[in-house]
Amino acid sequence: MAEVGKRRVRVDAFDKATGRAKYYEDLVPQDALYVRIKHAEIAHGIVTAVDTAQAEAIEGVVKVITCFDVPDRPFPTAGHPWSMDPGHQDVADRLLLNRHVRYYGDEVAVVIADNEIAAQQGVRALKVQYEELPFVLDVQEAMAEGAPQIHEEFPHNILKHTSLRQGDYESASKEAGLIKVEGWYDTPSVQHCHIENHGCFAYEEGGRVTVVSSTQIPHIVRRVVGQALGRPWGDIRLVKPYLGGGFGNKQDALYEPLCAYCSTQVGGRCVRIDCSREETFISNRVRHAIRTHIISWLRPDGTFAARKIECFSNQGAYASHGHGVVAKGMGAFPQQYPCANVEGDAYTVYTNRPTAGAMRGYGIPQAMFAGEAHIEDCARALGMDPLAFRRQNIMPQGYEDSFSHNVNYEDSYRQCLEKGAAYMDYERKVAEYAKETGPIRHGIGVAAFWYNTAVYPISLETSSNRMLLNLDGTVTMQCGETEIGQGADTAYAQMTADVLGLASYRDVHVVSTQDTDTTPLGLGAYASRQTYTAGFSIRQTGLLLKEKILKHASNLTRQDVHNLDIIQGRIVRTTDGKDLMSLSDLAMEVQYDTVHSEHITAESTFTIRNNAYSFGCTFVDVEVDIPMCKATVTNIVNVHDCGRLINPALAEAQVHGGMSMAIGYGLGEQLLFDEKTGRPLNNNLLDYKLSTIMDHPHLEAQFVENAEPTSAFGTKALGEPPACSGAPAIRNAIYAATGVAVNQLPVNAHVLFRRFTEEGLIQE
Amino acid sequence: MYDLSAFYQADSLEAAVRLRAEHPEAVVIAGGTDVLVQMREGKLAGKALLSIRGIEAMEGVSLDEEENLRIGSLTTFSHITADPLIQTYINVLGEAVDQVGGPQIRNAGTIGGNTCNGVTSADSASTLHAWDALVEITGKNGVRRVPIEAFYLRAGQVDLHPEEGELQTALLIPKASYERTFGHYIKYAMRNAMDIATLGTSVNVRLSEDRKTFQRVRIAFGVAGPVPLRAKGAEAVICGQPVTLETVEEFGKAVLGDIHPRDSWRASKAFRQHIAVESAKRCLIESVKLAGGEF
Repeated sequence: MAEVGKRRVRVDAFDKATGRAKYYEDLVPQDALYVRIKHAEIAHGIVTAVDTAQAEAIEGVVKVITCFDVPDRPFPTAGHPWSMDPGHQDVADRLLLNRHVRYYGDEVAVVIADNEIAAQQGVRALKVQYEELPFVLDVQEAMAEGAPQIHEEFPHNILKHTSLRQGDYESASKEAGLIKVEGWYDTPSVQHCHIENHGCFAYEEGGRVTVVSSTQIPHIVRRVVGQALGRPWGDIRLVKPYLGGGFGNKQDALYEPLCAYCSTQVGGRCVRIDCSREETFISNRVRHAIRTHIISWLRPDGTFAARKIECFSNQGAYASHGHGVVAKGMGAFPQQYPCANVEGDAYTVYTNRPTAGAMRGYGIPQAMFAGEAHIEDCARALGMDPLAFRRQNIMPQGYEDSFSHNVNYEDSYRQCLEKGAAYMDYERKVAEYAKETGPIRHGIGVAAFWYNTAVYPISLETSSNRMLLNLDGTVTMQCGETEIGQGADTAYAQMTADVLGLASYRDVHVVSTQDTDTTPLGLGAYASRQTYTAGFSIRQTGLLLKEKILKHASNLTRQDVHNLDIIQGRIVRTTDGKDLMSLSDLAMEVQYDTVHSEHITAESTFTIRNNAYSFGCTFVDVEVDIPMCKATVTNIVNVHDCGRLINPALAEAQVHGGMSMAIGYGLGEQLLFDEKTGRPLNNNLLDYKLSTIMDHPHLEAQFVENAEPTSAFGTKALGEPPACSGAPAIRNAIYAATGVAVNQLPVNAHVLFRRFTEEGLIQE
Repeated sequence: MYDLSAFYQADSLEAAVRLRAEHPEAVVIAGGTDVLVQMREGKLAGKALLSIRGIEAMEGVSLDEEENLRIGSLTTFSHITADPLIQTYINVLGEAVDQVGGPQIRNAGTIGGNTCNGVTSADSASTLHAWDALVEITGKNGVRRVPIEAFYLRAGQVDLHPEEGELQTALLIPKASYERTFGHYIKYAMRNAMDIATLGTSVNVRLSEDRKTFQRVRIAFGVAGPVPLRAKGAEAVICGQPVTLETVEEFGKAVLGDIHPRDSWRASKAFRQHIAVESAKRCLIESVKLAGGEF
């Protein structure tokens, strides 16, 4: 292929580097009104009154809307495809504004004003009275008898509980001579911290509501806005311009429903909602904090006799993506290290914390922290090298999952582990570091990750595509799988160029803006599916367009269509390679034919009924300064088998970003809450310790390119996998360096101080 | 858009003093890296601002007639770090302020703003304390100088009288302070950039001629109390002692008698104490090496 597989400059690079690219904020009409939100200042309770008089008296304030004014019409927010089965539809537990406050920061009122300052002053002038209720922040405390009830219809706050049974755990664990390894592993609430905060604006026109939003999922948000407003979905138009990242936070309806509603309350005038960073941390979505309990029964030869897992997922105040996240994590457990006898239970539990939703990795970073920390503990309990233990037990080639029918076609895990170990010089370093005794020690850690690409068979996988041949011989392409900064548009351009035989990916104009009025229905950017999913419909639609082009070419050149092809953007007779005409000439002839004029287009939908595994690993080298309680990552490599690379430069960039996220998850990031009030303590980028470029070593991305047989272009997941195995690799490296196991994230200085003190490495 | 009620721009020191006295309620803004953040957060919403940015007389580093080092209050962090006089006489100050925030903050933020905030975590403050800096204050009634320790009254409060038109105009490092003196600063933070100090430790030493004895050692901490503080007990312990690792250990232990960090969600008292001891020792060792001493 001419374009696929090549390092190509992003199609949007120039516009983004020069600041020309338009994001939602660049498009807001000048006369838009500002909507600012009054967030609750208690963690749980009922609003009894909102005094709006002072706010309404402020010059510039147009209207105040409170939780007493909005319709009582609950709606779901998760960015999942609609399910025709009511049993599989998302939980609708959200109102536009809330009288029942369920977390510190819940939305209770809005002030709409003609300038930002008046809106802010109005919010500060609102006086809200509450009847306070007891609150609960901890996931297991929320399940306990007598815990505060957060949603009436969910006893013990359990949103959902699912089980996993294979073989017979109970009897298998009684086999003689087994070694029991047990651990509890905790991961924190973290936030996506995409550069562009979420925001949107809305106005009414022609009896419909248009919302322009920083969202990953325009077609889904259109549906949610319709549900929230109680209007037909066709009444809503969603437009998605360029996005400054999303990482799953924007795979949810965030403030689009409220923004649309506010516009309808001020006569359809344009209103804007812009989240501050502080609001983004608390009132958008966070990653589920998951507590995991694992027991493994090991034979002395290092094989598993039986394994058990329990997962407690902290959902926060509202359902959002709900149980799907922890269910995915638990699903990985019996597959990654197959064992005949497995028992698993996963609970998703409401608490009075910010709502957890989708975030890059969707439950797998949590599952890999618990799972790969536990695998490390198993290896050390047996006295085996952790890498050797993984090689022995990890999923073999040919493994097929009975539910998804995903197949591990190649020996991906061992190939990736091999490559990572070679880059790290693993064996030499392990031996060298073992001799260290001083205050500064080094360690090397490894963790593997399980992933799959898309959401089949749990949800619908569909992609629609439209292409048209322009009169200059270029092709315009539209689809619903959104560019959110990951480089999807560039990959699409490369794939389209190759299917059609264009000279360059620059001859493809990917319409980056999705507009539900004109963009074929696609589900947006989520999972790690864009390139895989869009690939099918790009190929199918491209071949349709090509067929039309060649038919016209046949007419125009009097040649048999079977002897024709498009090569380098020209119609060529394949039998002798004769160049017959350019695509431009063809398009002009056909368009301006005074008898049979035709605008050459193709459109099609492809429903995907496959999914694909995507595996890999991280190796980390750490330096631990024991007296200073500091761990520094000095070297890190991720190795991925994500099938064929469409664009190696973008693939590396994707991996670098994921590794950075994993370093933050491993060493610094966590949202903290005041135990006494439930108030968020560090919802800003100073106190929330996102890692910086100064905290990163060189980030090495490597690949094993086994072409995925089910895929249109041999490719599979790379969006989320890079974020999945870094944190446990860091934890395992610190374990190797110091002999101290840390079973919680982040492994920051405070935790190391406590653990080093407990283990006697430092004296108080 | 910022929620401010008025904006006064002073284009000279005289105008600044006059405007300050006329509008004592106005918040002085220099680099704006703290003031604008607080205004946006709502803490300073609706306040008036008095801008002193651009008053050239308050910028730059020089030696006065007594060879005291004079640092204009409007000198930015990046200019301090790059300044040849700073590098010659008090390099540790340049290193300390080079750890503030990120490059953009260091290009805009000033040492005057850093100290007038009165916060304990300011990266310049512990070094200025450890070097016995003097604060030059200019007001309606002329110029007065106060030791930096006296300048900090309590958390967030410094010794300036707005109704007298007072502004901090310079920080001075006396010659007696910097002569034959070498220092090191450790910013202990949770990441390597864009962070606030969990603990700041600044140590400087003057060794005997033969470099075998500690003639004078000074140490100051940030975030070991509500305002930056000197650990004078530890300084007394080490004065006149031989340059040995045993002395370093004693010095480290002694700082615990001087500091009083508190438990907060940002860090526990025990953790800050532990890091204070370790940082004091490491700073001392590094300072000795800079002074040409050996262990």
